Amino acid sequence: MMASDEIPLLAANGLAKYYGRRVGCADISFDLYQGEVLAIVGESGSGKSTLLQLLSGQLRPSAGDIRYRLRDGSTADVWDMSEPMRRLLFRTDWGYVHQDAQLGLRMGISAGGNVGERLMAVGARNYGAIRAAATDWLSRVEIDESRIDDTPRTYSGGMRQRLQIARNLVTAPRLVFMDEPTGGLDVSVQARLLDLLRRLVADLNIAVIVVTHDLAVARLLSTRIMVMKAGAVIEAGLTDQVLDDPREPYTQLLVSSILPT
Amino acid sequence: MQPLELSGVTKTFTAHLQGGMRLPVLRDLDLVVRRGECVALTGPSGIGKSSVLKLIYGNYRCDAGAILVRDGGDVVDVASAANVVDVVDVGDVVDVVDVVDVATAPPRQILSLRRRALGYVTQFLRAVPRVSALDIVAEALIDVPRETARAHAAAMLTRFNVPQRLWTLSPATFSGGEQQRVNLARGLLPRRPILLLDEPTASLDAANRAVVVDIVRERKEQGASVVAIVHDESVRDAIADTCVDVARFATAA
Repeated sequence: MMASDEIPLLAANGLAKYYGRRVGCADISFDLYQGEVLAIVGESGSGKSTLLQLLSGQLRPSAGDIRYRLRDGSTADVWDMSEPMRRLLFRTDWGYVHQDAQLGLRMGISAGGNVGERLMAVGARNYGAIRAAATDWLSRVEIDESRIDDTPRTYSGGMRQRLQIARNLVTAPRLVFMDEPTGGLDVSVQARLLDLLRRLVADLNIAVIVVTHDLAVARLLSTRIMVMKAGAVIEAGLTDQVLDDPREPYTQLLVSSILPT
Repeated sequence: MQPLELSGVTKTFTAHLQGGMRLPVLRDLDLVVRRGECVALTGPSGIGKSSVLKLIYGNYRCDAGAILVRDGGDVVDVASAANVVDVVDVGDVVDVVDVVDVATAPPRQILSLRRRALGYVTQFLRAVPRVSALDIVAEALIDVPRETARAHAAAMLTRFNVPQRLWTLSPATFSGGEQQRVNLARGLLPRRPILLLDEPTASLDAANRAVVVDIVRERKEQGASVVAIVHDESVRDAIADTCVDVARFATAA
């Protein structure tokens, strides 16, 4: 019998999405193991966001399958399971960090409520315990406890993004999807967020699939990388290997386009 | 087999942005490093010495040949001794350890090989925003409780004469020499069976060069196999058992 960490947490096989005759992405296969951070890089329109939506069960693929290892050790096809089951997975064992924090947060309820809501989705009912967990998570993402009853509307962009991360991680997910998590933040705020993400992901042994167009973000956060162009994965491997010894013309162009600091 | 064996290693870069220009670097490189041995790579700048280390570490992809690394075996990772590693001197018996061919291994296997078997002192420190010098060094110890790792890191920074007042700062603002010492502390902290050194003494003063020499000698006594690029002849004489002239395998004009 294989140890559970020998079975991929998520396995994509021959994934494709067609919009009529237009290709969103095609022929995508890879395995992701517990604790691995996989970066998907490529320019706008390369299909990376489409792929993330397919993988996270938000968009039904035109072809291929996605298998996910559940907490009980069994493996299920994400698109064969029932809709309520898929939604439960999305609310509990998975996280999804949007580039735009407004899509990932409920802007009209308090920060504590935003974090607590996900806990309630997994059955937490004790108000004191929920509030304590919310307080703990706000401090872990470096948000002052005194702001727990404020709504995210009163938060800065960086704080909203950190709150979104707390909301996602409070249920101890095993897999988190991130769509340009640092996009649109200024550099010092971005550095803080990246450092935070890096530590949380390592400490909690979470698997992450992060879509980014920023190769520095990919290098800092990920151990593996897939480079996408025109809906296809053109190069994949260890992050440092692909970035330091890029093979494909397009990857070489991407790497050589980084501004020196 | 020996802890590290390279045979027929060939590497060519293709610069697609320059019209597909081919830049051959190495052809048919053979290299064997024994237990407790230090092999120095020599040859002029640009001949491909660093590329050899990067190929062994899996940082560069290998076009042809084999890069066999013994995974596991007889060198204790003292730093992770907290996890109790059994010291087994396997001598000539090699069937108890795995051998990984870095040239063909999948990413996941290279990553786990790096964690267990490969130490690498790179030429330059890659500072991470907001991460202190102490933590950058401590992070090199994987699977060790954070406070234990920090204690080991503090001892190493002390050994390299990095003043304690700098430990809590991000090395991004440090001088070149300070960054190099932090980098050495980080790279030399984990005690792994294979140690790759890329110009470890380039901008060090005599006292810190002596620290590097001491540590490398210690590691060799503990059984580590070392591949080093060292331009400083006195340091090279002090640590190296053999020299391999990379120019013999170079294809560069």
